[in-house]
Amino acid sequence: MAAFGSACLILTLVVALYGIGASLVGASRGRADLVASGRRSVFAVTGLTITAFVLLESMFLRDDFSNEVVATHSSTTTPLFFKLAAAWSSQEGSLLLWLLLLSIWSSLVLFLVRRRLKDVTPYATAVLLGFAAFFAALMVFLEPPFEVLPVVPTEGTGLNPLLRHPSMMIHPPMLYSGYTLFAIPFAFAIAALWVRRVDAEWIRSTRRFALAAWIFLSIGILLGARWSYAELGWGGYWAWDPVENASLMPWLIGTAFIHSVMIQEKRGMLKVWNVTLILATGILCLLGTFLVRSGILQSIHAFGASTLGVPFIVLITVLIFGSIWLVTSRRAMLRSEHSLDSLWSRESVFLANNIVFVGLCLVVWWGTFFPLISEAVTGDPASVGPPWFDRYVVPLTIILVLLSGIAPLIAWRRGTLANARRNLLWPTATAAVALVVLLVAGIGERPWALAMFVVAAFVLAAVVQEFWRGTVARRAMADESVPVALAQLVRRNRRRYGGYLVHAGVAILFVGVAASSAFQDVVDTRLQVGETTQVGAYDVTYVEPVARLVIANDDLERIEFGAKMRVERDGEYVTTMTPSRGFYPSRAVVAFGPIGRFFEGEATSEVGLRAGRLRDVWIAMTPDIQQLEPIIERGDRVFSAAAGKLSPELEATALATALRGITTQYLEDPPPATFRMHVSPLVSWMWIGAILALLGGLTAVWPGGPDAAGRRVRAGYAARVAQDLGRA
Amino acid sequence: MDPSRKRQVRLVVALTAAICLAGALMITTFSAASPERIPSQLIAGAEPGKTYKLGGKVVDGSVQRSGDTMTFEMKDPKGGATVPVKYAGAVPDPFREGREVVVTVSKQGNTYVAERDSLVTKCPSKFTAEPKKS
Repeated sequence: MAAFGSACLILTLVVALYGIGASLVGASRGRADLVASGRRSVFAVTGLTITAFVLLESMFLRDDFSNEVVATHSSTTTPLFFKLAAAWSSQEGSLLLWLLLLSIWSSLVLFLVRRRLKDVTPYATAVLLGFAAFFAALMVFLEPPFEVLPVVPTEGTGLNPLLRHPSMMIHPPMLYSGYTLFAIPFAFAIAALWVRRVDAEWIRSTRRFALAAWIFLSIGILLGARWSYAELGWGGYWAWDPVENASLMPWLIGTAFIHSVMIQEKRGMLKVWNVTLILATGILCLLGTFLVRSGILQSIHAFGASTLGVPFIVLITVLIFGSIWLVTSRRAMLRSEHSLDSLWSRESVFLANNIVFVGLCLVVWWGTFFPLISEAVTGDPASVGPPWFDRYVVPLTIILVLLSGIAPLIAWRRGTLANARRNLLWPTATAAVALVVLLVAGIGERPWALAMFVVAAFVLAAVVQEFWRGTVARRAMADESVPVALAQLVRRNRRRYGGYLVHAGVAILFVGVAASSAFQDVVDTRLQVGETTQVGAYDVTYVEPVARLVIANDDLERIEFGAKMRVERDGEYVTTMTPSRGFYPSRAVVAFGPIGRFFEGEATSEVGLRAGRLRDVWIAMTPDIQQLEPIIERGDRVFSAAAGKLSPELEATALATALRGITTQYLEDPPPATFRMHVSPLVSWMWIGAILALLGGLTAVWPGGPDAAGRRVRAGYAARVAQDLGRA
Repeated sequence: MDPSRKRQVRLVVALTAAICLAGALMITTFSAASPERIPSQLIAGAEPGKTYKLGGKVVDGSVQRSGDTMTFEMKDPKGGATVPVKYAGAVPDPFREGREVVVTVSKQGNTYVAERDSLVTKCPSKFTAEPKKS
């Protein structure tokens, strides 16, 4: 089976290389048969990759520990759900997942453009197959997912307990989908530059892929934030960790791209800018994968140990210089068809938004790579922390949110004063009212948060006004009821109104971010049973200890120590939470002893979380297990004395009894535990805003529509006529 | 002024502004950053009161908790010299003896006192590949 899997990957590499050659030769010599053959190679690569991926997953499901990847990332006791996810917790498996998603999206785009862009597509095919060949080569030569172990272990290592969370199932595939989907417009941009066909057709054909990439990447980032907030016991949704930044950078530039292409479609401007943005996005996606998989930023020493560092660096360097050469050599034909008419126009607001996005990305890039830069410049590695990021990112984000409210209100080409008065009056009035109310409420002491709230009020009012005016206009024309008119309005112009929903969602999200970071109450404390502490407006009491053995799949999975906490507000009962910490046994039985190994392995926090509309109460606890150490040591001594004298069943029973003794001891004489408690306002607004934004994104990207095809034809015709008129 | 000249002027102005801003960002970073050190470098020369990002392995058996503070020793990733660290605040889940952590410290007397909540471990996705090829 393993040989079959390896063969699939080798064949993938061969077919991909053949497809590159066939596409390029076919396109340059005008051989339609070779071009078609290149296209079919993509489908073949997809088939082969799916086979290899299914094979790897089936090995995980069958607990085939002869495969090294399975043996080091799964075990018979790993729940089914996590066996599937364990495949991409490994380096090898995540490379295979990347290749799988890339080939699926490539097939989809080639199917969708089969009757269009005949001159561009073969080159785009070659670029996409180039990526496929790169990842296939990594797996064939450096990180084989089907390596057979000489000695087959009876049991695997198991999935790292920290990764045993439902997010593990969705978070990585979402991020990778985002990365690989951005490869599609990237490939078409390169191809369009190559054949010097730089009108907006490649943008139109790959627009949905860019939007879908944006949605997937957003979901991936948000799930990561949610995971670290609710589960990992870190207590924050964002920490400016290099791994987080790695996914944020392509998101920022990709978002700028989605906005600026509208100007090229509508006005034929910013062509150089657009190709630069999408080329940068594609490269940042690779860079993101590289940062996470090579460990270069964790420490420079990890880089040398990683087998992936050098190939990625080479590919990224080639792509950077290739992109620069392509854009500079084609700059003459990338000249704008129009120039900016006025600084007070939608084009210029879009341009400003783009500059802010790029600025944000530069800040994040600089901060992320600073340790390497600093070492190169001063010979001394140094790094920057969250305060440094906040200092630059906060003001830029406020400007960005404000622009997202202004842009839809200003006319293309040249806004007039009358137009500004008509459109800006209500949003500005709303923002002014919000400012006064918030100042009266005493929010003024946190100026950044205040600014964000006011700006968000402006954006929300602008979005509501747009929906309102559109609905009123439809009702005037078509005599529809309000809900029908609203639904028709969105359905007829999904991209526009979907975009407005995204803006509203983002504004709500940042209200949540501003509120929860500026007005959070944090308490670290150590409590005995019965003691109470105050966090914000809440009184939290340690009611009683909790300790239990958790059995999963007939195996003792972990020992859990927790605390039952009563939360009260103004003397009234609010809720009871049970934060806990689970101790997973280490595999090193010999080194730590059969009981001690439970306390030397991984430990994970289950936080207590009560999410409310206005406030989240969040509690994490760390039990003090030092008191238990004498018992643990005594138990281990007993077991080592009895080693070999007990039958395996008897030993298992004795072990269970001993561990139960430890939990009983903990319950009877509970040591004080350390708690970290947060009361954070409006965190739920973040998730609500995020969901709204994603719904908006889906609205914009949803295929088809009542007369979408007809409209496309008409729009294409209109564009051609306009172009001809422009030339005449 | 003819339009192409005007465009050139605009471009130069915009580029100059961008370069100045980027330059300011870059220069301020150097003063805002805390140097990264490993234990043996701190022993060789740490200025009292200056903050450092200390990276290294937590020494096995060195973690002691008392009250809500914790003390432990850190050694170079490749072993060798150790320094004592005193820490208060939240401890991330992946924190274990023998694992690599980064913590922001300043020298006070003979121990290194950590900033509250400054302890970070690596993202869990890092550990899975660790035991294998090293």
